[in-house]
Amino acid sequence: MNNKSEQSPVDHKTVKAPGKLARMFLSLYDVGQFVTRFFKEGFLPPYEGRELINQCYNIGYRSLLLISTTGLITGMVFTKQSRPSLAEFGATSWLPSLVAIALLRTLAPLLTGLIAAGKVGSSIGAELGSMRVTEQIDAMEVSATNPFKFLVSTRVLAATITIPILTFYTALVGMLGAFLNVTVNEGTTMEAFVQDSLESITFLDIIASTVKAVIFGFTIGMVGCYQGYNSSKGTEGVGKAANSSVVIAMFLIFLEEVISVQFFALFRTT
Amino acid sequence: MEQKPPTNKNAERVVEIRGLNKSFGSNEVLKHVDLDLYKGENLVVLGKSGTGKSVLIKILVGLLKPDSGRVLVLGNNVVDISYKELLALRLKVGFSFQNSALYDSMTVRENLEFPLVRNQRKLTRAEKKRAVEEMLDAVGLLKAINQMPSELSGGQRKRIGIARTLILQPEIMLYDEPTAGLDPITCLDINGLINEVQERFHTSSIVITHDLACAKEVGNRVAMLLDGKFERQGTFSEVFDTDDERVKTFYEYNFIQ
Repeated sequence: MNNKSEQSPVDHKTVKAPGKLARMFLSLYDVGQFVTRFFKEGFLPPYEGRELINQCYNIGYRSLLLISTTGLITGMVFTKQSRPSLAEFGATSWLPSLVAIALLRTLAPLLTGLIAAGKVGSSIGAELGSMRVTEQIDAMEVSATNPFKFLVSTRVLAATITIPILTFYTALVGMLGAFLNVTVNEGTTMEAFVQDSLESITFLDIIASTVKAVIFGFTIGMVGCYQGYNSSKGTEGVGKAANSSVVIAMFLIFLEEVISVQFFALFRTT
Repeated sequence: MEQKPPTNKNAERVVEIRGLNKSFGSNEVLKHVDLDLYKGENLVVLGKSGTGKSVLIKILVGLLKPDSGRVLVLGNNVVDISYKELLALRLKVGFSFQNSALYDSMTVRENLEFPLVRNQRKLTRAEKKRAVEEMLDAVGLLKAINQMPSELSGGQRKRIGIARTLILQPEIMLYDEPTAGLDPITCLDINGLINEVQERFHTSSIVITHDLACAKEVGNRVAMLLDGKFERQGTFSEVFDTDDERVKTFYEYNFIQ
């Protein structure tokens, strides 16, 4: 039968008592199949444009308040905590550059990624998990539609599109927080602050930040969808899907951060 | 309560199952099962909970994969059919879920539009609107069109679930425990609806249940699943006219209930 698409590609029940290592490889195989299916089906018609916009709204707009608060506080606190160290060398004028680099290169993507993993990842995991255990996904399937396209492709794409936008928004709000702190303490004007900040940022910083945010968004969407879409065991399974969506996405985000920092360091001259 | 007329066995077979086996781990659920569904009949599949009744109809729509056997649905063997062919077949086979499986983030209208929009893209907006309203009217719930599933009663949810299935005008209807969890009056309503669907839409149906009142009211023919096999098939009276303790116990338990 070729309709394996909606079932786990590996019938675990028929595999006799697999060991821990075998189970791990079977799970990795499942994940690989899931990701491959996204690339095979996600960009082909028919498109679920309305659902994609709906998900972008859910993931992006509904996270704005949390992202704004966190970004503003991070910018202010980071500036305040960095000041004493720079003051020792009489270099408080470097604060705008320091904050701009820190925010754009690492803090904004990481912060946005972690917040989205908690808010968006858990929500996707719980929603799809609940749809799986109440047979709503099966109902879509037996009505000759492709639930993967409607539920998974749209959510993964929406997260991949929205997280980079949120990342730059976080950086912007963080810079605003830093400016408020700097202007109160050093009396720096907005014009000087912006000029100092922009001078320190390179094109590579923007590219690196965008690439990281795209990867984080994809990871959050994919992990949430995988956990939810494949959940089982009733309400317990839904809770587990939501929880593991957050834990796994956060772990992967940190891992991706380490790898991407090393990777982009190869292109930096300073 | 009158029994429905028996099946015309000269009619075309729309489902033909031969030698079907399905296990979950070491638990053999279906053991070399043979079953036919004739065009225009309502076939009731009876059996205790956990005997594989729902598994059987999930295999018919390709939601589960059998271990072995031949499963012909409208001439297509779902065991080795391609995904594209399966999608085409699913348009002709409606499945009404035990818990209705309504999409709880969508209104009743959106629930009915969901399969329609994705499978009949040539329909105009007005035609889709009319189809949805006609179908809701057919199940007596036009007034619920803008409600969310959470605002509906169990019986209403079942009706909407059946309407959503019928909107694609299937040739075969599969009902999974249509009266489970409903009060006796609502059960009668649902049984009436199943008969109405058979008459009005000329469907052939398999009704999975353990409710004997439902079986008697909607079934032209009854098949009883015992220990993974259909050991008894026929009219309601034929199936229960036996000394088999397992059948008698099932009948008496339902009667007491």
